[in-house]
Amino acid sequence: MPATLADLGMPLVPWAAVSVVLPLTAALVAALLGRHAHHLAVPMALAGIAVAALAILDVVRHGVIETTIGGWTPPLGIALRLDGLGSAFLAVIALVGAGVTLFARAGFGPDAEGRETRRGYAFWPLVFCTIGGLAAIAVAGDLFNLYVGLELLTVTAVALVALDGKPAALAAAMRYLLFALLGSLLYLLGAAILYVAHGTLDIRLLSRSADPETATLAAVVLMTAGLMAKAALFPLHGWLPPAHGSAPAPASALLSALVVKAPFIIMLRLWFEVAPEIATSVVAQGLGALGAAGILVGSLLALRQHRLKLVIAYSTVAQLGYLMLVFPLAGGSGEQQPWSAGAWTGVVFHALSHALAKGAMFIAAGAMAEAIGDDRMDRLDGVGQHLPIAAFAFGLAAVSLMGLPPSGGFTGKYLLLTSAFASGQWWWAVVMIGGGLLAAGYLFRPLSRLLAKREQPGALLAVTRWRQAIALGLAMLSVLLGLLSLGPYELLQIGRPGSAVEGLSS
Amino acid sequence: MTAPALYGLCGAALVGIGLYGLLAGASALRRILGFNVVGSGIFLYFGSLAARHPTLAVDPVPQAMIITGIVVALAGTALAVAIAIRLHDETAPARPPGEAEDRDACDPR
Amino acid sequence: MTAPLAFDVVLGVLLLGVGLAAVLARDQFAAITLFIVYGLFVAIAWVRLDAVDVALAEAAIGAGLSGVLLLRAAGHLGHRHEIATSPSDDSLWRRLGTATLCAALAGMLALLSLSLPDEIAGLREAVDAGSAETGLRNPVTAVLLDFRGYDTLLETVVLFAALIGVWSLTPDQVWGGRPGLKEHARPDGVLASFGRLLPPIGLMIGVYLVWTGADEPGGAFQAGTVLAAVWMLAIMAGLADAPPVSRVRLRLAVVVGPLLFVAVAVVGILVGGFLVIPTAHTKTIILAIETGLTLSIAATLALLVMGRPRRPA
Repeated sequence: MPATLADLGMPLVPWAAVSVVLPLTAALVAALLGRHAHHLAVPMALAGIAVAALAILDVVRHGVIETTIGGWTPPLGIALRLDGLGSAFLAVIALVGAGVTLFARAGFGPDAEGRETRRGYAFWPLVFCTIGGLAAIAVAGDLFNLYVGLELLTVTAVALVALDGKPAALAAAMRYLLFALLGSLLYLLGAAILYVAHGTLDIRLLSRSADPETATLAAVVLMTAGLMAKAALFPLHGWLPPAHGSAPAPASALLSALVVKAPFIIMLRLWFEVAPEIATSVVAQGLGALGAAGILVGSLLALRQHRLKLVIAYSTVAQLGYLMLVFPLAGGSGEQQPWSAGAWTGVVFHALSHALAKGAMFIAAGAMAEAIGDDRMDRLDGVGQHLPIAAFAFGLAAVSLMGLPPSGGFTGKYLLLTSAFASGQWWWAVVMIGGGLLAAGYLFRPLSRLLAKREQPGALLAVTRWRQAIALGLAMLSVLLGLLSLGPYELLQIGRPGSAVEGLSS
Repeated sequence: MTAPALYGLCGAALVGIGLYGLLAGASALRRILGFNVVGSGIFLYFGSLAARHPTLAVDPVPQAMIITGIVVALAGTALAVAIAIRLHDETAPARPPGEAEDRDACDPR
Repeated sequence: MTAPLAFDVVLGVLLLGVGLAAVLARDQFAAITLFIVYGLFVAIAWVRLDAVDVALAEAAIGAGLSGVLLLRAAGHLGHRHEIATSPSDDSLWRRLGTATLCAALAGMLALLSLSLPDEIAGLREAVDAGSAETGLRNPVTAVLLDFRGYDTLLETVVLFAALIGVWSLTPDQVWGGRPGLKEHARPDGVLASFGRLLPPIGLMIGVYLVWTGADEPGGAFQAGTVLAAVWMLAIMAGLADAPPVSRVRLRLAVVVGPLLFVAVAVVGILVGGFLVIPTAHTKTIILAIETGLTLSIAATLALLVMGRPRRPA
């Protein structure tokens, strides 16, 4: 057996493992607690944020932290790896997770007579499992372990979409499930090929052994196709808007902010860590073109929606498109590419700030829907006066989504734009600026309604200031990510793959 | 040709067959069935590629992963079946026979 | 051609034929029946590949439970659910395109399998060395519960989450109720006598599979499936009623295995690392985890197949 962590001079508590096991334990306990499960929200939110903070602290202090599980080192055992990317995502998972659970506490408890309800029972185990699955993916160092994590997310996310029980929600859940299962199968097939070709599924070991060969190429192509289906990247995006539009608002926040990012984290690890040598210029430009198409199609469809949650959901399709721009911007030309580091960091910044902003937006939309009874756009008039904090949160989140300074969205886009110009690929800059303008367009519609005068009859229901403030908190964090971008920027450099610095090369 | 090589080819073909069922199946249940055929095809492909070594015994690591995969596939199947049944219960009585509405609803393309 | 290889060729042809028939069959019941037969053929293929643990899992879960799940669903949905699609809504060209795509993928995989060298060692030797250290003689169990125990931990949570997902599809008015319909088997009927006879035998097989799982093929998942089948059979025979999902004991049975697993993992941090099982007690601790897991897996699998609650407690 290998030496214990303490002998290796590593921190004593494996926070990576704790960040996975803690929410999963909460899920199992919630299933026992039944109608009392919503009491777990506050302690779990605090514990989650504390664990993420301690994880980041350890990464800053010790660099990349590898936790072997059961004392068995890879390739026989599984390792968890906590690097800058993983710990930054852990932090966002904890923050959005806290926002979601704290907001949902009021809506998913027992009924008026104190009896357990179906929604109140199922919500908590599903949400805690989702948070645990997300953490598992952020810290995983093994491709098969990532598969199990992805499947955990599939099951919980689909069940959350179906939670309302209406036919439209059920149909959306079914469609989502079939897409997600197809994606998992393709991913699993690729992982199987990689294992056979290289005798390991450990990401670090694969990055050392992967030669540019057909098996690796076939595997990565299959896995990428599968992950794109799961991440709703164009042209496999069709399932997302109905699914995220049908789920209960706090669940939508979790799904849109983070669940679709999990496959993208895996894509980053695959292309930049496992097999950076297979990214030819054609492949990179092709993936970028799909991203650009996603930005365009998502934005144009967002402009035409009549329900607030669908606007936000189509906006997710558009914003996910930016993630694909990392491939052409980080290279594929086979030479030294100093701008690729900016592309990699920029896209991660974009993913993190989108997660916070989108979480804020769906929670704000949830508060508005509670007040007016549904989420139709034409009934939003004047809701800003009634729910000033939620409306302000929505506006602040919109600033970040549009990429306006000083938000985190701006930092991400700025880094991406810089690398587009430095690499002479001005066409991606056009796409990004166009996408920002379109975002301003589709977000202006709900914003102008929120600020309009209310002329419609019917009283609005109250939503406590405290619950509205949850959305504001997340929106402010998304802006702060830009104002205080130096810290996160430094964190992301820890354990950043070499190919992200030198560029993908063919 | 050895037995593992043969079953590897079988697995490859079953992936194609099942995928057709998953993509073109006429009902949710048929698509779920297709999903299960793809799954077993992938497992067979994986397992036989790992069993081809001429002298060494079968590699147990893929076997363990396949058992995990079989269980996870069952979880997906159970959830899919439950959603299909609930969707049917919610929509079927109101809809005259001959109209396959949920066919579109679960089209993964 | 040698006799075993001839057998393999026949089995391979049967596999493809039955698989294709299951996917293409016009009738839904026929398709599912063919799928169950297909699953049994796959299990035989696993025996031919010297993977008895996988064969057991495939027969019990892949063919058995999935088959029952699909059959029950088809029974509930009826034939009305499946209507031949009109050419306008699913054109021949589209079908041809899909078929071409699938064939291309299969062809690519086939070529790839032929191009990979045979002498890939994989992790056999590492597993043997590790197994010698832990004293678990069944290498598959050693991988599942020790070397890659973390995967298995997450996998049991996947099963748990799926069950919560299935339960969450209950109509609100029967929340907390019992799954399925009340079974009324004739007390002197075949099913009832079968149902009385089988549980003790099944129980014994289940316990045996857990007990030998450490050394011989078997283990928590296979044993859990057998026990789940026994329980479902007793319910179908009318000997027991499905429990209401609000029952605390039932919920405890569902979560006890994963919780025990998590507890062992966390206690491991104190003795050397996450999920570290002290070598001196590996076999005892793994048997304890397996026992807890078997109970939870049996309960969860059976409840997954029974489906969401349908009637009040």
